[in-house]
Formats: sequence, C-alpha cells, structure tokens
Amino acid sequence: MFIDFFYFLRSHGIKVSVTEWMTLMEALGRELSGTSLMRFYHLCRAICVKRESQYDLYDQCFASFFQDAEAPEALSEQLLDWLSSPIPPPDLSPEEREQLEALDLERLRELFEQRLKEQKERHDGGSRWIGTGGTSPFGQGGQNPAGIRVGGEGGGRSAIQVASKRLFRNLRHDVVLDTRSIGVALRQLRQLRRDGAQDELDLDETIDETAKNAGDIEIVFRAPRKNTVKLLLLMDVGGSMTPYTHLCERLFSAAHAANHFKAFRFYYFHNCPYERLYQDISLMKGEETKHLLEQLDREWYCMIVGDAAMSPYELTSAGGAIDFFHNNPEPGLVWLQRIAERFPRSAWLNPDPLPYWDTTYTNRLIREIFSMFPLTVEGLEEAIQHIKHRVV
Amino acid sequence: MSGFHRFQGTQRYIASRDLQDAVNVALTLERPLLLKGEPGTGKTLLAEAIAEGLGMPLIRWHVKSTSKAQDGAYVYDTVQRLNDSRFGEGDVSDIRNYIRLGPLGRSFASEERVVLLIDEVDKADMEFPNDLLHELDAMRFTIMETNEEVIAKHRPMVVITSNAEKELPDAFLRRCVFHYIAFPEPEMMTQIVRVHHPHLDGTLIKQCLERFYWIREQSEIRKRPSTSELIDWIGALARGGIDLSSMKREIPYLGVLLKKETDTRAFQQIMQRGKKIFA
Repeated sequence: MFIDFFYFLRSHGIKVSVTEWMTLMEALGRELSGTSLMRFYHLCRAICVKRESQYDLYDQCFASFFQDAEAPEALSEQLLDWLSSPIPPPDLSPEEREQLEALDLERLRELFEQRLKEQKERHDGGSRWIGTGGTSPFGQGGQNPAGIRVGGEGGGRSAIQVASKRLFRNLRHDVVLDTRSIGVALRQLRQLRRDGAQDELDLDETIDETAKNAGDIEIVFRAPRKNTVKLLLLMDVGGSMTPYTHLCERLFSAAHAANHFKAFRFYYFHNCPYERLYQDISLMKGEETKHLLEQLDREWYCMIVGDAAMSPYELTSAGGAIDFFHNNPEPGLVWLQRIAERFPRSAWLNPDPLPYWDTTYTNRLIREIFSMFPLTVEGLEEAIQHIKHRVV
Repeated sequence: MSGFHRFQGTQRYIASRDLQDAVNVALTLERPLLLKGEPGTGKTLLAEAIAEGLGMPLIRWHVKSTSKAQDGAYVYDTVQRLNDSRFGEGDVSDIRNYIRLGPLGRSFASEERVVLLIDEVDKADMEFPNDLLHELDAMRFTIMETNEEVIAKHRPMVVITSNAEKELPDAFLRRCVFHYIAFPEPEMMTQIVRVHHPHLDGTLIKQCLERFYWIREQSEIRKRPSTSELIDWIGALARGGIDLSSMKREIPYLGVLLKKETDTRAFQQIMQRGKKIFA
C-alpha cells in the first residue's frame, strides 16, 4: 500500500526521491507515526514534501488516496465548457468588438457567481487546473470557486478531514502570490560584476602582496560586486487587461521596489506598442519608441506584459491601432520586431491562462517574435531563466 | 513509542501538533529540520524552545549575505598571524592559535548534544546550502591547515530557518525534514497571547484578536502584521490602559502593527470608508 502511495505522489507532481522514501520507511520502522493516520500524515509531509507550495497538492493526494476522494486532475465537464474561450472572432469592427467584450464580461461574472453558489451547496471541484485559473477572470478576488473543497467538520479531526480542508491552498506555486513572492522571483535577475570605486578589502591579494613584500603588510582594495541588470518593463493596460489590473500592479510594485537593478524603466501601451510608449496609465505622457530604442542599449533586459489578444489588424496593418484617432503609420508588428531585435534578452509575460493562448491569432503571431510565459510565479521564474541563459 | 514525542513545546512556546511531530521526527532521525513561514511566526524562537524544552545548549549561526559555509566550520585568521609575525607578538609557530571554530565546529566539538540554529539560510549565496551538505551529512570536517579532523561527538539537532528569499537546492532539501509554520488560527493565537500576557482579561484579548485578524484581512495592506507584532501591540495596549469601547472606532498604537507608511495610509483610507458606511 505504501509503495503505491509513493508512486501516487510522484505521478501527481510531488517528486519524492528514493532517499526521502527510505527515510520515511526508517521513521515508520521506528514507529514514529504510531498507529495514527494523522501522525502519518504529518510524518510523511515533513519528510517527503519540501515546499509549502506543494502542501496543497499533498493534501489533495492524501485525501484522494486514503479516501478515494476525487483525484486532483479531474475536471467537471461543465467547467471545461466554461473555460473554453470567450474571445471574439477576429474580423469585427472595434465598436462591435467592444460591445461583445462587455457582454462577455457580464456573462462571465454571472456564471462566476452562479458557480460560486452551486459550489457551496455541492462541495465539488478541486483541480489543479483551476489553480492556474487564479489568473483567469474567474480567479479575481481570490474566490476561486473550483478551489473550494469543504472537508468534514466537527468531531475528531481525522487526517483526511484535515487534508481535505486544504488549508495550504494559498501557498500553491501556480497561483499568483503576492508582491513579495514576485519580488523574490525578480531577485533572480542578477548579474554580478565588479564595478565602481575600489573600496572593498581584497584579503587574498593582500596576503599575496604582503608575502611578496617580505611580510610588510600591503593592503589591496578592489571594487565590490554589483548587479548590472537593467530592466525595461512594458505593460499593456486597459481593455481586455482590466481584469488583470491587480496582478500587473503587483508585478509593477515588486519590480519597482526591487532596488537591486542597476536601472529600471517602465512604460505602458494599449494592446500593442507603436511609435509612442507612455509613462502613465492614462496614456497621456509619452515618449517616442524610436528614441527609447536608441537610448537603451542591447544590455537591457526587456519584459513585456500583455494578453496578446487583439484584432489582427492592430498588429498587421498601418492605421490599425485600437484608438481610432491614432492612425499609426506603421503596423504594430514592425514595432514589436524592432523591440525584439533591440533587446535580445526579452520575454513576454501573459496573464491569460495557457489554454487561451492558441485561441487568438495575434497571440500566435507574437509568439513568433517573443518567447511567451504565463504571468504566474513559476512562469516569471521560467522567463527569468530564459532571459538569463539567452546567449547573445 | 520509543523515545518519540519528546518535544511538546515549552511554557513560553506553544507548538502545534504537526510542528511537534516535525521536531520529533528530526530529533529521532537526526536530520536537520528546515523551517519556513511568514516573518514573525516564531521560526527562530522554536530553536530556543527546543533547546530549553530538551535541556540542550543552543549554538546560533546567523547567516548573512557574505557568510560562507566554510566559516561555519572554522576560520583561519591569516591576517592576525601575519600581523603577529610582523610585530613579533603571540606564538606564530603554532598554527592552532590562529584557528577558530565556527558555530558548526563548536556544535561538533561540544561534549553534549546541542541545538544548532542556522538562521536565515536563504540570506547567503545560492551555493551556501550545498556547501554545507557534506558537513551536515557526515558530521565531520577536516581543518586543512593542521590536517586535524573534527568529528561530532553527538550529532547536533540542526534547526535551519528560511524566509524563502531564495529557492534552496533539491539535494539540500532531500536531506532535511521540512515544516512550514502556518499563520496561527485564532484559537491557537489566543493560547500564544495568554502565554505572553498571562494577566490579561479574556474579553480584551478576544477584541484585540478580532481587530488584528481584521487588519490582516485587508488586501490593501502589503506587510501584514505578524504574531510578534500582535504580542507587542497587546502589551502596549495593556500598559496604556485602553478602554474597549474605543477599539471599534480607532486602532491605538497603530505604529506597532503597521510599519510601512503606505500601509498606514491605506489603513486610514479603509477606516474612512468604514466611518462613511456606519455614519
């Protein structure tokens, strides 16, 4: 039975190593868990699960393995339907499209609330998938309906009851966490180089030099190590990005608070960057994109945040910008290409859940230019690894 | 239950059941215990509580961004030796005079089993935990300069805390017993508060906790107040002599709970909104 649990955990993404499993066996051999399942639950978690982000998954696995509760991957049909894309077909006039979007949002909200009510009564759901849905419109407000699972209450707290309460749901990795966790991820964006004034004592050199100097102490200084990363953040605002405002704010404030960058610049755009990028959300105070690309060198890291969902002509035709009075002389795609060429170390972060991506034509177009990652903590980490390991 | 379930918290430290289990697993299996959790949930205090509860001495190692694993074992003070040889002080011929054991070295050399606290391991370089692996596994290291081997007489109970600033390497994690200290539920929190303020009136504690959890729930507040801040705050309230009726309208000594200016401002806005609704 126990070896089955080992493979069960592994198959659900908790990569328990053989060493850890043997340790658990040793602990069981010493009767550390007694005969209580609750103690076994704690014991196994302490030894096999090493990240709090996996506590929730462990809880689900435990509940499902020891009580035949539903497995975490299961998704109800209805939910799948519901998740299927509400993104409008491409060739509509902007007016029509706006209407459709507004309607859709309303409908989504209705569905969301309806779902929430049902959930309270039926206690179903629980799936890894919807965890990612924390970034979907349905996840806004932290009330992810499918995430709700109510374990048995009152009476003796059995292990399965505790496990199925899923107290650690908020610690999951694939759910977007708070500013701090984004900040932690951003800290990986480092490239240390010795730079600046020589004011740090170089001990090894001092000793070497002193020895060469026949024991007369010779002090050597060197420059301290500093981060040389310069980060350019471009963010899509308004329209279809509105549901993600909170999320983007968090990323922004984390990047802004991260004082370890050598330089940090941010600009806003709506749907697609064109010849101007904006310093404020209302898109009033702008700077010429061309000028910016001249100003910032290839060393800059560039992160673009956007859902990459728009009408194709916003990308492909001159004058296709969403703002009717804009009348852009060059298509958006040209500007995207220029940005990608200027900053070889770049990544696109998309707050839309992965399954949406293939449903928009523009997303596919953009992915030909930029590597795209989901805007979750894990996605951000992947993006950072991608940027850092990019050979230029 | 052979010698299990030994650590049960102390009078001043209330440990939840799963935390007790994790500590005891680590004690029995002689594995390091890795603790994570929000700041202020008592990770460092736990090491003190284990030492106190089990009557073992505590050796602390506060890790800094410049800490190296090697420094934990021992430090060879070359500069001092150079200096002494230059000015003819001390016994330069014996290299042992210039070797100082670090916290890890001292915990190995100790005559009795000790608790070794490696505090905030994530502050150091990414490679730091990996460099410690061998020492923690084999519980021995060699002093290169003298070719002496330091072997642990008793395997210390190693408690490692991390604030999750950096991901720890898998090889390191595999060897540890892991526990995430969740933020205490109100019931548990009441117990904790009682331990620190035993003479306080029950209703006052209840009211304070209500306000405290309410503040923590406000999404606008970035740095949510922690257990240690709650205890300080209740202490301040008790000493200041606040009457309970005013608690609904304002939060006295707010500075003890909220440390960021932006949070204080956000909180004032929340209170303003509340007044409008109730007015």
